[in-house]
Amino acid sequence: MTRYVMVADLRRCVGCQTCTAACKEGNATPPGVQWRRVLDLETGTYPDVNRVFVPVGCQHCANPPCMEVCPSTATGQRADGIVTIDYDLCIGCSYCIMACPYDARSLVDRTEYAFGEAATAAEAARADRRTIGVATKCTFCAGRIDAGTARGLVPGQDPEATPLCVNSCISGALSFGDIEDPTGPIASLLAENQWFRMHESEGTEPGFYYIWDKGKL
Amino acid sequence: MSQSMASRRQRYWDLRAAGNFIGGGTGAGLIITAALAAAMGAPFRLALAIGLGFVAAGLSLVWLEIGKPWRALNVFFHPRTSWMTREGIVAGGLVPLGLFAVATGSTAAAIVVALLAAGFLFCQARILRAARGIPAWRQAEIVPLILATGLAEGSGVYLIAGAHTLRWLALALLAGLLREAAWLAYRAGLAGTEAAARSLAVFDAAPARLARGAQLAGLGLIALALATGALGVTPWGVAVLAWVGGALAALAGWGVKALLIVRAAFTRAAAIPMVPTRGGGGSRARQASRP
Repeated sequence: MTRYVMVADLRRCVGCQTCTAACKEGNATPPGVQWRRVLDLETGTYPDVNRVFVPVGCQHCANPPCMEVCPSTATGQRADGIVTIDYDLCIGCSYCIMACPYDARSLVDRTEYAFGEAATAAEAARADRRTIGVATKCTFCAGRIDAGTARGLVPGQDPEATPLCVNSCISGALSFGDIEDPTGPIASLLAENQWFRMHESEGTEPGFYYIWDKGKL
Repeated sequence: MSQSMASRRQRYWDLRAAGNFIGGGTGAGLIITAALAAAMGAPFRLALAIGLGFVAAGLSLVWLEIGKPWRALNVFFHPRTSWMTREGIVAGGLVPLGLFAVATGSTAAAIVVALLAAGFLFCQARILRAARGIPAWRQAEIVPLILATGLAEGSGVYLIAGAHTLRWLALALLAGLLREAAWLAYRAGLAGTEAAARSLAVFDAAPARLARGAQLAGLGLIALALATGALGVTPWGVAVLAWVGGALAALAGWGVKALLIVRAAFTRAAAIPMVPTRGGGGSRARQASRP
């Protein structure tokens, strides 16, 4: 079985938000909607403080609470672990947004443009009316993965089959791949470093790992 | 550009969504009270009709809120795990059977409708409980709070409708006391949840204090009406006390629910249990979350 996951090495992330920009450009999300965000966290108490940049977004949980509550079955899960939304089934009730512990979903009620009332040429060309009034979120660039694997490419290793945020990361903080592949880079990363997953106590089994130090867990 | 880790107030469910919980709670409570009246041989059809009206109004409000209202029937697609689907299915039986009970005056039908109303109210409570992104709703004590609040609102509205005999006053008092106990348990639960600190601040602010004051005042007036009625003095005084007490019981519940859904619903903040090791510094474990 394949399960695609993302790994963020918090030691490497510099908070440049290039992943955010790449996601926005690639997925043409409307103003105010960002599927890939990088949080800028301050921890500790002066003078013993830290600043940490944490990429966040849909964690593509193995047990997604959004899917559990969705009344229309619009939220689904592929065999490779990617959590999906069927825009033609979703009723826009926002219940999945309330159920997500990672604040990863959005919904916009009307078409908005970045620069006022009129769409730019790019916005006009790429507008997807199906996404108005329904929940949206990070797809792990499932379209790229599917197109790439159909050509024999390997997600996480071949850029054309890899999520845009990972491709754009300037510091190599983001990695992507199949966690079930014992010889793959994701398995190595997680075996050689210490990591955590966010809100682990919720039992969601997130598919997003955060590396914080070298060495085994 | 920097993005805060702090939790933020959810902005997708507004007063229309709150209206579903208000209408559903009051309606279900009133339907249950009406069914009790039916079982005791008292008139119940008007109260049952009003209760159904509350439920229908709440559902209509939420229909106005969803992004794709013309796909609303898709809400029935996921009964296996979704409490929203289950709410819809129960409502699908509740409304027509309720109309049948109103039309025929059947006591048996009224009792079945009351059972469905109780199920509907339970579904609403579980809808909130299943919202893992909102700590104030995720709290286990939200379920008894929503149930008791619905009963208190419904029995309060029943007093407004003119039922001022001792048994209905006693029922409203009991429901109000249950709500009070449920509220205290809910608050205590929230106080033990670090992620709910901002919600607690909302419940400590003036609007919530006003709603709480109304709740306690209503409870006091209903108790006074019960005592006055038991002594058999000033029937008009009992009526006034019961009417005002019932109104306060309902209004207080509506206010608390509006706050709970719209104002006190904050998302979970991002939380990292460890900070990254950089440079020459040693590894450090640190709880980095904050509300």
